[in-house]
Amino acid sequence: MSTPLLEIRNVSKRFVKKLDVAGKIAARLGADISEETVHAVDNVSMTINKGEVVGLVGESGCGKSTLGRVVAGIHNPTDGQVFFEGQDISALEGVRKREVTLAVQMIFQDPFASLNQRMRVEDIIGEAPVYHGLTTRSEKSDYVDEIMEKVGLDPSLKKRYPHQFSGGQRQRIGIARALAVKPRFLVCDEAIAALDVSIQAQVINLFMDLREEFDLTYLFISHDLSVVEHIADRVLIMYLGRVVESGITEEIFDRPVHPYTSALLAEAPRLDQRKREFAPIKGEIPSPLEPPSGCHFHPRCPHAIGDCSRQAPALEAVRQNHIAACHLRERFS
Amino acid sequence: MPNTLEVSGLKTHFLMRAGVAKAVDGVDFSIAKGEVMGLVGESGSGKSITGFSIIGLIDPPGRIVEGSIKFQGEELVGAPEERLRNLRGNRIAMIFQDPMMTLNPVLRVDTQMIEALKAHQDIGKKEAWTKARDTLGMVGIPAPDERMRAYPHQLSGGMRQRVAIAIAFLNEPDLIIADEPTTALDVTIQGQIIHEAQDLCRRTGASLIWITHDLAVVAGIADNISVMYAGKIVEQGNIDDVIDRPAHPYTVGLLGSVPSANNRGQRLYQIAGMTPNILALPKGCSFKERCDRRTKTCEVSPEAVERNHRIFRCHHPYFEEVKV
Repeated sequence: MSTPLLEIRNVSKRFVKKLDVAGKIAARLGADISEETVHAVDNVSMTINKGEVVGLVGESGCGKSTLGRVVAGIHNPTDGQVFFEGQDISALEGVRKREVTLAVQMIFQDPFASLNQRMRVEDIIGEAPVYHGLTTRSEKSDYVDEIMEKVGLDPSLKKRYPHQFSGGQRQRIGIARALAVKPRFLVCDEAIAALDVSIQAQVINLFMDLREEFDLTYLFISHDLSVVEHIADRVLIMYLGRVVESGITEEIFDRPVHPYTSALLAEAPRLDQRKREFAPIKGEIPSPLEPPSGCHFHPRCPHAIGDCSRQAPALEAVRQNHIAACHLRERFS
Repeated sequence: MPNTLEVSGLKTHFLMRAGVAKAVDGVDFSIAKGEVMGLVGESGSGKSITGFSIIGLIDPPGRIVEGSIKFQGEELVGAPEERLRNLRGNRIAMIFQDPMMTLNPVLRVDTQMIEALKAHQDIGKKEAWTKARDTLGMVGIPAPDERMRAYPHQLSGGMRQRVAIAIAFLNEPDLIIADEPTTALDVTIQGQIIHEAQDLCRRTGASLIWITHDLAVVAGIADNISVMYAGKIVEQGNIDDVIDRPAHPYTVGLLGSVPSANNRGQRLYQIAGMTPNILALPKGCSFKERCDRRTKTCEVSPEAVERNHRIFRCHHPYFEEVKV
C-alpha cells in the first residue's frame, strides 16, 4: 500500500496549568496544591489516505478539536509524531517545511470569530497567497475572484468587511481563505455547526464538490453524527482523549461495538423516529483533569464489569476495517 | 374545556428607523391540553418572537400590533402587566437556549428556586426548599441537596439547563415554551434533557411548545408541527403527515437538507439562496425567490389553505403537479 497522506503515531497532548506565585507559596507552606494536567489527547494513532474523508466524532471536552489542531500543526504534540507523506513534520526544515505547512489548512467553527473584522475579504483571502508567492500583488485581485467563485461567493463583494456577510457566507470566506494557499488536506473543526439547516446543506455540498475538484483529503470534526455519516468514509469516535472505536462508516453506524458508540447512535434524533422514548445514558463526561481509572467510560457504561475500572482496554480488531477498545467487544460484535 | 392556547392572527412588528420588521406576521395555531407542538424554522423566521409574544416578553421597539393570544380562554394581548406577571413562571413558563437567561449568576440555586415558588404560592420557606429540592431530583440532578447550595457557575452547561427546566416546572405550569433548549448541548445531554421534559409533561399534563431548527428533534417528540418562514407559518399539521408527505416546497427543501442514512454520500438537496431580509420581504409569497415551483400566481401572497389534514400557504403544494 502507498504511504498515507497523513499519519499520527501515539500522539498525546497534555496541557499543564502552572502554579502562579500565590499557589507556589501556598504549596511551599504545605497547602495541598499541585499543578493540574489535562490529558486532552491520550495516545491516539490514525492514518488518513489521500482522497479520504475521515470523520472525528465526540462530545465537548473529548479532545477532538485538540487532535485537529495537532494535525493542522497549530499545537505541537507532547508525545508522539505526526507524519505527512511519510515524513515526520517536526524534523522538516526550510522549503519542505513551508510546503507541508501550507498543504494542511484548517477551517474553524465560528465564522464570526475566525475572520479578522478589520480586513476586507479581498485581503483575508489574498494575503497568504501573495506572501507565499502563489500569486503576485498585481494579480491578487484576479486570484481572489477565482477562489471566491469556486466557493460560491460573488467576487464583486470582495471589498466588503466580514460583518457585512451572513453566517453561511462568512463560512465560505473561511473556506476560501483555506483554499487560497492550494492545500491538499483540510481539517474542518465543526465547520458547519453554527449554520442554519438549509445553509448547512449548501456548505456540505460545497465540501463534496471541492473534494472532487481539488482532490482534497479531509479530517472532518463534528459532534453531529448524521453529518459525519453523510460525508465520511471512515469514522473515529473519541471519548475523554482516547479513540474508543474506529472503522469504515457503514461498519460503525450499522454495527457499533463500543457501548459509548451505541449510546451516541441511539441518542441522536432521526427524522424517521417519531414520538420516541429517549432513554439516555446516565451522567456526563467526567472532568479530563481526573479521568476515571481503567476504561474512561466505565462509570456511565451499563455493561461495566470489574475489569473495566482496573485496566484500560486496548484498541483491537473486531472485524475487518473496524477496531474498538472494549473489554466486552466479543459480546457486542 | 377550551384549548390551552389559541393564537390567531398574531402580528408582532418591530418599528425601527430602517423600517418595520414584521418578525411575526399573521400566525395562527392552537394547542390542546398535553399536546406537544414543534415550532420549526431557521434563524430570523420569527419562531422565538412568537414564543416571546405568548409569554409577554416583547420590548419596544417590538409590539404586538394585531391578533389575539388566548390562554385557557383568557385574552393575553393587552392584559395588564400585573396579570401577565402573575401568569409568567406560574401558569406559563419558558425555557431558554441559554440557561443563564433564566439563572441569576450571583444567587445560589436554592435562593432562586424558593423565590420562584414564593412569588406565586403562599408557601413557607422550609416547604418551598423541600419542593425545590424534589424538583431538582425530578429533572435528574444527582445529589440535589448539595446542588441546592451551588452557584450557577459551579454547574456544567447540562446541569444549568436542568436547573432552568426545574424552575420552569416548579409551579406546575399548564404551558411550557422551550426555545432551543438543547441546541448548545451534546448529544447524550440533549437526550437526557428531552427525556426529562417529555416525562414531566406527561406526568403533569402540561402542554409544550418546542421551538427549534432541528427537524430530527421535533420528529422525536412532537404531536404536531408548525413550520415558520419569514414571519408566517407556511405548513402545519400532524407530525407524520408533514414529515412523510410535506406540502410546502420550503418544508420539502428543509427535509431534503437533513443528512440521513438514506442519502449517505449523495449530494444533499439544497434550497437556493438565503433567508430574505425581514425588512425587505419580496412581494407575494416570501419564499418564491428560492422556490423551483414558482409561477406568476406566486406574485400574490398565498392564503392559508386546509387540505389533506394540513394547513399550508402555497399556490403549488406538492400534492399537485405544477407546470412551470
